[in-house]
Amino acid sequence: MSHYLQNGILELTDLTIPSTERRKKGRVIIIECVQHIPCDPCANICPKGAITIEGEITNIPQVDFDKCNGCGLCLANCPGLAIFSVDESLPNNEAEVGIPYEFRPLPEVGEVVDVINRSGQIIGNGKVLKVRNPKSYDRTPVIYLSVPQELSLEVRFLKRKET
Amino acid sequence: MRIVNHPILDFPPQKEIHFTFDGKQITAYEGDTIASALHAAGIRVLSHSQRLHHARGFFCAIGKCSSCIMEVDGVPNVKTCLVPVKEGMIVQSQTGWGKLPDHYCQTDHQRKEFPIKQTDVAIVGAGPAGLSAAIYAARQGAKVLVMDENHLIGGQLIKQTHMFFGSKEHYARTRGIDIGKKLVEQCQGHDVEILTNCSVIGYFHPQQLAAIKDDHLFQVDAKKVIIATGASENMLTFVGNDLPGVYGAGAIQTLMNVYGVIPAKRVLMVGAGNIGVIVSYQLLQAGVEVAAVVEALPTISAYQVHASKLVRCGVPILTSHTIQRAYGNNRVEGATIVQLDEKWQEISGNERDVEVDTICLSVGLNPASEILSQAGCRMIYIPELGGHVAWHDENMETTVKGIYVAGDVAGIEEASSAMLEGRMAGIAAAESLKGSSDEIQGLKKEVRKGLKSLREGPFGEKTRIGEKKMQEASL
Repeated sequence: MSHYLQNGILELTDLTIPSTERRKKGRVIIIECVQHIPCDPCANICPKGAITIEGEITNIPQVDFDKCNGCGLCLANCPGLAIFSVDESLPNNEAEVGIPYEFRPLPEVGEVVDVINRSGQIIGNGKVLKVRNPKSYDRTPVIYLSVPQELSLEVRFLKRKET
Repeated sequence: MRIVNHPILDFPPQKEIHFTFDGKQITAYEGDTIASALHAAGIRVLSHSQRLHHARGFFCAIGKCSSCIMEVDGVPNVKTCLVPVKEGMIVQSQTGWGKLPDHYCQTDHQRKEFPIKQTDVAIVGAGPAGLSAAIYAARQGAKVLVMDENHLIGGQLIKQTHMFFGSKEHYARTRGIDIGKKLVEQCQGHDVEILTNCSVIGYFHPQQLAAIKDDHLFQVDAKKVIIATGASENMLTFVGNDLPGVYGAGAIQTLMNVYGVIPAKRVLMVGAGNIGVIVSYQLLQAGVEVAAVVEALPTISAYQVHASKLVRCGVPILTSHTIQRAYGNNRVEGATIVQLDEKWQEISGNERDVEVDTICLSVGLNPASEILSQAGCRMIYIPELGGHVAWHDENMETTVKGIYVAGDVAGIEEASSAMLEGRMAGIAAAESLKGSSDEIQGLKKEVRKGLKSLREGPFGEKTRIGEKKMQEASL
């Protein structure tokens, strides 16, 4: 049972996770927003109509994982920085994780960083695959990391290694 | 100490300005207030208490707490958090109550008449509520005068670097700093005058205000008055809470996000509501370490998404914990925190010291409703709305006809609802001046719908209870 109200940490059981089969097909999002808050930019920004908020604006966003193509727009547009992407189609038992990252300096492509779980603990190393920071993301860049596949549902933050 | 590289904000090099503080030369940047420049120079002791002469820092940074008053160019009791620095200024710590220089007493004091400014709608406060009111009243053809005691326009929006929630029509996904700019833009092209550094000091019936700008008193004759004065941050009782280094969370946010000052080295945040966790996250963005967030309640009241994004950065949120004391010699050197049991009692033996140089309090806000009280509006104490609020009807009009309220002063809520309340007050004020129309009825309906949707769900419950209490009080 999750204790996020006590400590702010979500468990996988709180979330709707796309199936392993879907994750193996390519990039797909996971929304980590579990409360009835008045907010809907994710549903408005999705070009595929994959995210819906039925009825009241305080309802929880639902994702059609088959419609989602993992474009990443919602990651940069979620005011709560609560949307991530995973892609388990990578070779060598690796996975890609997309993380909104509002800190400076930004990591560079190829850089090895500490990867961090929902509790703030370092759980391994990741390599920066891509840094997407177009003007339309309005200062919320998205960092794509490659991580060991078994960590794809755990890695939710990164820290640059101290030099 | 200044912020150099920030993920959201740019702090380009500014022109240097020099002034003296207690005889010592201080280098400030253009745009600084006296207090922000002193903080950038590492000076946190801004005054001393009158009786026990305890060192005091400021608590609010927005002109409400009066802990930063000093003598500036010979004039005492100047709120240094509001006054921009000027080249050659002489700033001195103040002892005692201060004495006005002679030339002061010979001007305004001996005058019987004052300059008069006439307007249709006078608005006190240029934050999200006041500016929205101005836009919507002006769009209906009203002449509008907005007054704000700060030197920057936008109220607390100017320090909100995070993206707003809500829907498109509530500026969702837009950062507060940018919403402020958009509101100011929307005032342009209409008959809206905004006076900054202008304090409204009294209401006189009917619809007259006394205000001070640039040390001169003037009178405002309005047809309608909208009060959108916002709120001030609550203090918390604990040993050492007056040490310099104990700040309101909003004060720290002002220092770092408005003035680009690195406000602390290591912070303890008290209170895990939205403000507490958002400001903690923004401290990390400014390169400041946050030791922990303590929250006396057994659960986090902030949105889970805000809490989660802070916790994954490595900042623990300790629920059922409170601050017992702050310690240090004339400055915060640490805090003792303690766990609480289910009856809110401190569990002895569970105290621990946290080494920090700054303690931020984010334990709620209190409506800045003094002028409404002074004007004779019927005031009601509604804890769910943050304290004493003026009774208002669906049009945001108080029991004194012609005085409207909007924003946090009408009940503590988010900036999104403040903007909607501002729109309502602005539209309703214009309606009572110019008569109603289908357009006005349509706009009012839209605003009501927007407010209702923002107040849906568990997070709107407090406001719904508060609003219900207000409606019942009208019977």
